[in-house]
Amino acid sequence: MRRDDCIAALARHRTDQIVVAAYHAAFDLMRIQPHPLNYLSIGAMGLASSNALGLALGRPDKQVIVLDGDGSLLMNLGSLVTIAEAAPRNLIHFVCENGTYEANGGHPIPGQGRISFAGFAKAAGIERVYEFSDLADFESEIGGLLRTQGPVFATLKVEPGAESPKDWNFIHGPETRARFKAALKQA
Amino acid sequence: MSRSPTSVQERVARPEAIEASTIIAEIKAAGIKYVITLPDIVTSNSLLDAIAKDSDFHHIKVCKEDEGIGIAAGLSFCDKRALLLIQSTGLLDSINALKAAGVEYSLPICLMVGLIGKEIDRTPRNSENCGVRIVEPILDTMGVTHHLLETQPDASLIGPAIRKAYSSSSPTVMLVGRPPRTSP
Repeated sequence: MRRDDCIAALARHRTDQIVVAAYHAAFDLMRIQPHPLNYLSIGAMGLASSNALGLALGRPDKQVIVLDGDGSLLMNLGSLVTIAEAAPRNLIHFVCENGTYEANGGHPIPGQGRISFAGFAKAAGIERVYEFSDLADFESEIGGLLRTQGPVFATLKVEPGAESPKDWNFIHGPETRARFKAALKQA
Repeated sequence: MSRSPTSVQERVARPEAIEASTIIAEIKAAGIKYVITLPDIVTSNSLLDAIAKDSDFHHIKVCKEDEGIGIAAGLSFCDKRALLLIQSTGLLDSINALKAAGVEYSLPICLMVGLIGKEIDRTPRNSENCGVRIVEPILDTMGVTHHLLETQPDASLIGPAIRKAYSSSSPTVMLVGRPPRTSP
């Protein structure tokens, strides 16, 4: 299944959630669903899930969805343990597994095709763990997933979809963070 | 019986270390509600022990220090104040995260960092320990404000450092050069 199709399916069910997105998932999200509560400035690679945990703890009244990358999550596997320990009920963590460092030239990740991110999450202590490789399955389950008490983790086994514009300046620009902060204050 | 010059100096001139309870009072007064920690040997027995038992704080344990910078970044967007309590080894491991969130994004990332291996009679820059000696020059190069906490009068630096970080939306690092005292 294609990552942008998964994000489009998620977008159809999104109401007022914060969505934290890393790199290429962020570019797809910007194309598919520009939204004031898109959190795109994750800073250093690997820290999407940690930024999301901070948001989830700081705003327990808001659901926080993470669209992580597999290379990114490999840099911060400990965050799965931290999330399990903190146990935020409002956090849903998706990892888009395409087996490559897509933002860094498409080179394969270590353990490509042999490792299980769902297995990592389960072993870290996250109880509600899912894995999807079929778009129809994902589309039929996403509504229920968003109603599931967190922390929730789900692997999306994806391939890239349509090319999204890569506006790095937008992701890292101060206006993007200011807009998000203002929107969150109102939400 | 011989006596080393260092021990004479310790007896004569060395003021008492900063009290852990004073540090905690200062960070509470500065509005810190979330303390993100990875145990640091300089502050472990006094400060971290007390923070872990203090129900006024949300205590978040992390597996790696740069996680804490991401968590503090997320909290800052919710107007929630956080402090990272980590070791200097972890700070060095988190320079990229601090560069991104603190320097490039101008987020109020507040760190309290134990200087593992710092000698009591040397300044950090004059330490024989490389891991101590390089910390302040790295922070200076990054343009990150830093303070040294060693003795009780240094406690007065804590509140202003945290408040300035949040009012100016910029990072601050408080370096702990000696193990804080536990209150009697």
